[in-house]
Amino acid sequence: MRPRPALGSPLQILLLACSFALAGYAGVRLFAGDWQAVALWLVGAALLHDLVLLPLYAVADRAVVRALGAAGRRQRTMYVRVPAALSGLLLLVWFPLITGMVDRPYRSATGLSADGFLARWLLISAVLFAGSALLLALRGLRLRRAAKRRRPVVH
Amino acid sequence: MRDDDPRLPSSPGFWRSPLRGPWFTSVLGVVLLVGVTVLFVTGLVSYAAYNPDLARVNDQTPDKGILGFYLFAWPTDPYWLYRLTQGLHVTLGITLIPVLLAKLWSVVPRLFALPPACSLAHALERISLLLLVGGGLFEFTTGVLNVQLDYVFPGSFYPLHFYGAWVFFAAFVAHAALKLPTAVRSLRRRREEHGAHGERVSRAPEPGELVSPRPLPPTVSRRGALWFVGGASLLLLVTTAGQSIGGVLRRTALLAPHGGADPGGGPNGFQINKTAAYAGIDAAETGEEAWRLVVTGRTGTVRLSRAQLLRMPLHSSALPIACVEGWSTQDQWWRGVRLRDLAALVGYDDPPDLFVESLQRRGAFRRAALRANQVADPRSLLALYVNGEELSPDHGHPARIIVPAAPGVLNTKWVARLTFGAL
Repeated sequence: MRPRPALGSPLQILLLACSFALAGYAGVRLFAGDWQAVALWLVGAALLHDLVLLPLYAVADRAVVRALGAAGRRQRTMYVRVPAALSGLLLLVWFPLITGMVDRPYRSATGLSADGFLARWLLISAVLFAGSALLLALRGLRLRRAAKRRRPVVH
Repeated sequence: MRDDDPRLPSSPGFWRSPLRGPWFTSVLGVVLLVGVTVLFVTGLVSYAAYNPDLARVNDQTPDKGILGFYLFAWPTDPYWLYRLTQGLHVTLGITLIPVLLAKLWSVVPRLFALPPACSLAHALERISLLLLVGGGLFEFTTGVLNVQLDYVFPGSFYPLHFYGAWVFFAAFVAHAALKLPTAVRSLRRRREEHGAHGERVSRAPEPGELVSPRPLPPTVSRRGALWFVGGASLLLLVTTAGQSIGGVLRRTALLAPHGGADPGGGPNGFQINKTAAYAGIDAAETGEEAWRLVVTGRTGTVRLSRAQLLRMPLHSSALPIACVEGWSTQDQWWRGVRLRDLAALVGYDDPPDLFVESLQRRGAFRRAALRANQVADPRSLLALYVNGEELSPDHGHPARIIVPAAPGVLNTKWVARLTFGAL
C-alpha cells in the first residue's frame, strides 16, 4: 500500500488559503498590465537575491575569512567585513544615482546637478575603511602595550 | 545518503556560519514585523492622502475594488501630516533594507531544504514564501528605484507598488501568524538562559533547523552581528533622513536624491519636484500679457490677470512641500489669494470641491481635484509669492496651489484653470 500524502495542520492550510485569496485579489490587479514583465520582476527579485546576490557576498566573505585565516589574522575579519559591507550596501541602494544612469531625468526634474553622488560614495567608503584601519591600529597598539606590561622586567 | 553530502546546499552541513539560529532570525523577524507593518500602514495612508475616491484624476489605481475600503477625506490638520507619514514611509523603508537582507541571509538554508514538501500544508507554505520574499523584494526595489527617478519597472509606479504591497502583505500576515509563536519561544528561551543580571546561566546548544551542524569557528558573536546590522541601518538612516527634515540637516543626507544642496539660492531656493523645462512650460504663456486665470463656478466664468489677482485680499501661510518620494521642505512662507475667496467670486460662499488644471504639458498630475475641506481651509492659497518674492518658474510662476497636509503633486503649479463644484 502506498502511503497517503500527509495533509499537515488544517489551521495552517486555512490560513494560507485565506492569504492566497487576498494575494490573488490584489495579484489580478497587479498583473493587469504587462503581466509577464511583472511576474518576471516578482519572481526574478527573489531568484536574483537568493541565487546571485547572496551567494556572491557569501563567497566573497568566505574568501576574506580564509585569506585572513591563512595569515593568522582570522579574528580581525570584522575590520574588513564591516567597511566593505557598508560601502557595498550604499552602492546597492543608491546605484542609479551613484553610477549616473539617471543623470538626465534627475537634472531635469529636480534642477539639481547629478554630479557628486559617485564622489560622495567614494569619500564615505574611504572614511569607512580609514576608520576601520584606525581602530585596528589602536587595537594593535593596546595589545602590544598590555603585552609589554605583562612581560617581566629582566636586569 | 545524498541529502547529507555537505557539498550540496540541500544538506544542513553545507551551511557553516555559526551565526545562524532561531534567536538571530527571531530578533530580525520581530524588527521586520513592526517595521513592515508601519510601512504598510503609512503606504495606505499615502494613498488616502491623494483623495483617490474624490475624482478619477486623483486615482492611479481605479480598479482597486475593496482594497480602498478604508479611504477617508484627507484632513488639512496638522499641516505637516503628509510630511511626517511619507517621510516615515520612505526613510524607514530605506533603513530596514539591511534588516531585510540579514533576515533573508539567516533563513537561506531553508530555501534549499529537501524534500521540497512533506505535507500539503508545508507545500502551501513554501509557495507562500515565494510571494513573501518575491513580493517583499519587489516592494523595496520599486520604492528605492522610484525615489531615484529610475523608472525601469514594468508599468506605472503607483499600481505596481500599491497592488504589490497587498500581495506582499497577504503573505506577510500569514507568515507572521505561523512563525510568531516560534519566534517568541526562542526569544524567551534566550532570556531565561541569561540570569536577571545578564550573566549566562546555562549554555545548552541552541536547538533548531537553522543551526549549522558543523559550524566554523566564529569571527563575530551573534550579538555583534546584530550590532553590525543595526549599524548598517543607522548609516542609511543618517545619510537619508536629512532630505525629509531639511534645514542644515539636508546636508547630512549625502546620498539621498533630495539631500545635499538646495537648487539655486534666495527665496526660491528650495527643493523642486518638476522643473518648468521638464513640464514643458513656455515663458510666453506665463507672461503678464498672456496669462489669465480662468475661474468657473455657479455664477459663470471669470478671467483674471495676475494684476487683478493682486488686487484681491492677499493672505499668508507657512506650509511645507512634502513629496510622495519621501523628501520634504521646511515651512515656506507663501502669499496669495485664498481658494475660498476665489470660490466666493464665482458664487460659492460655502466652498465646494475644486478641479485644478495646469499649463503643464505632461505628467500624471497636471490636473488634480481638491476636496471641499481643503478648499475651505483658510491656509489654502493660490500662491503668487513665496518667501517674499514672486514664484520662480520652477516653483510654478505665475500661480500655484498650496494646501496644508496635501501631497506635493496636488499642489498644482502653473495653474491655468480652476473649476469649482464640478469634478
